[in-house]
Amino acid sequence: MNVLGKVIALGALGVMAACTNNDPSALGGGAGGNGSIVPGSPSDPRSPAYFQQTVGDRVLFAVDQSTLSPQAQTVLQGQADWLLANPDFVATIEGHADEQGTREYNLGLGAKRANAAREFLISRGVAGNRLTTVSYGKERPIEICSTEECYSKNRRAVTVLTGSTLG
Amino acid sequence: MMRLLTSLLLGLTLLAAPVHAQNGPLRLELDQGIIEPLPFAVPNFVPNGQAATQYANDISRVIAADLTGTGLFREISSDAFISRVSSFDAPVQFADWKAINAEALVTGAVSVSGKRLTVQFRVWDVFSGQELGNGLQFSGTTEGWRRMAHKVADQVYSRVTGEGGYFDSRVAFVSESGPKDQRQKRLAIMDYDGANVQYLTDSSAIVLAPRFSPTGDRLLYTSYETGQPRIYVLDVDRVRRTELNTQGGTMSFSPRFSPDGRSIVYSLIEGGNTDLWKMDLASGQSVRLTNTPAIETAPSYSPDGSQIVFESDRSGTPQLYIMPANGGEATRISFGAGRYGTPVWSPRGDLIAFTKQNKGRFHIGVMRTDGSEERLLTSSFLDEGPTWSPNGRVIMFTRETQGASGRATLYSVDISGRNLRPVRTPDGGSDPSWGPLQN
Repeated sequence: MNVLGKVIALGALGVMAACTNNDPSALGGGAGGNGSIVPGSPSDPRSPAYFQQTVGDRVLFAVDQSTLSPQAQTVLQGQADWLLANPDFVATIEGHADEQGTREYNLGLGAKRANAAREFLISRGVAGNRLTTVSYGKERPIEICSTEECYSKNRRAVTVLTGSTLG
Repeated sequence: MMRLLTSLLLGLTLLAAPVHAQNGPLRLELDQGIIEPLPFAVPNFVPNGQAATQYANDISRVIAADLTGTGLFREISSDAFISRVSSFDAPVQFADWKAINAEALVTGAVSVSGKRLTVQFRVWDVFSGQELGNGLQFSGTTEGWRRMAHKVADQVYSRVTGEGGYFDSRVAFVSESGPKDQRQKRLAIMDYDGANVQYLTDSSAIVLAPRFSPTGDRLLYTSYETGQPRIYVLDVDRVRRTELNTQGGTMSFSPRFSPDGRSIVYSLIEGGNTDLWKMDLASGQSVRLTNTPAIETAPSYSPDGSQIVFESDRSGTPQLYIMPANGGEATRISFGAGRYGTPVWSPRGDLIAFTKQNKGRFHIGVMRTDGSEERLLTSSFLDEGPTWSPNGRVIMFTRETQGASGRATLYSVDISGRNLRPVRTPDGGSDPSWGPLQN
């Protein structure tokens, strides 16, 4: 919860910075290619918002699996590159499951997913002491329907940046 | 002779007539497949003085609700009564109760003196005109009037069935509110029937799966208050919690007490792998019980403490296994179609309750400890997490409905599969743990 809280706060800071420092029209225009990089906004490649939206902060899993698909490996490679380029950040990888399965089993499954993502990042050179994991099992779905469309988005490992020079 | 026969047939569902032996005393044989509930009457207990009137009425209603709630008894409405019971010591007019077909009759009286409440009662076998057991009285505070009603109902239940009751007991659970993606969870405790809910934590951190100690004085549970799932033990009376130092990993969950209350068995996650460990509570020392790359969780002791049943996906899907309490070779006991989890050993030692997932449905079921005679008791979109009543006759569990408005509710079901009913809680409820009978 604390970790989640910090990240939301970081994101909110980014938005506030954008609001106060800039012409409001820049907000609606999306990430500008016009040279004006707003620190902390998605247009700032060193920002958590950029990591989340452009690099991609999450990978998805098949039912009852913790192996990384080729797409997941591509996303994690991007995360590894970003983390290597931004050594001030540490990350917590949250492992999640869909609601099919018991509470206990899903905690174990979420841990395997988070660990699979962590091991991949370590294999690409990110220091292990920058990466912690937590399993939420089925306790924190982001999509709440009870169909595969939602389940597929809930079976995830999310890399949440915590702590940096910004924090 | 009947008793001997019954214990031999235990677990078999016989479709025999439920009627008690013609010439013997009133007796419900629970293992013979009760189909017709036994009709009983509880005329309002006689108040000794004005101050006792409300208590006398309320206590009589709780006794009747306890018995009716089992599905084994059927209350005869007071509208049908011929006799009035205006004195506890006056002779019972058995003909009047026979005429309305009440097989059991409970009479009683209630006295109040200051904050002290006394309940006297007798249980009658109407057709033989005999008292079942002896008259008894319970005393306590007026505040504890519901507990005294439950104690009377437990006596009636055990005198008619020959088995222990379960009404004077409490249930720990997780109170749930808010939508699925912002679910707020609080640890709570209540009487078995949903009365007297008390909250033990706030909703600032996720809490999961409380588990009563064998005497009901402590609860184990899992909380995310540090950001990671960790095991805590809570003193129920003082509402004081202590984090347990589960060594070697950052995440621990799914704890359960040993039958002597001195140690716990739990899941510990190390490097993404979930294994079972055991901790001696006095020394805080933990030892590993399993060591495989599989997810091993949801451990539960046999009542004699010699074995542990648990869930593992070492075969590729989650299945149930039994191993010695100190670890060692595990024997798989579940072989049916589907995935099995959350096994819980019954207090009598004869059955294991579990969650089963098969073809997109969830079930609560029971099987013998060797895996034979599997019976599914429920079926829904999501049923999980069984817990046993103190007498091993009823199972409480979590049922969650599907979709965006999905909500978790506590349910109970008889081990015959009959009498499925929701347990009333103020908000949603999950992860029940049924405590022992209180003293």
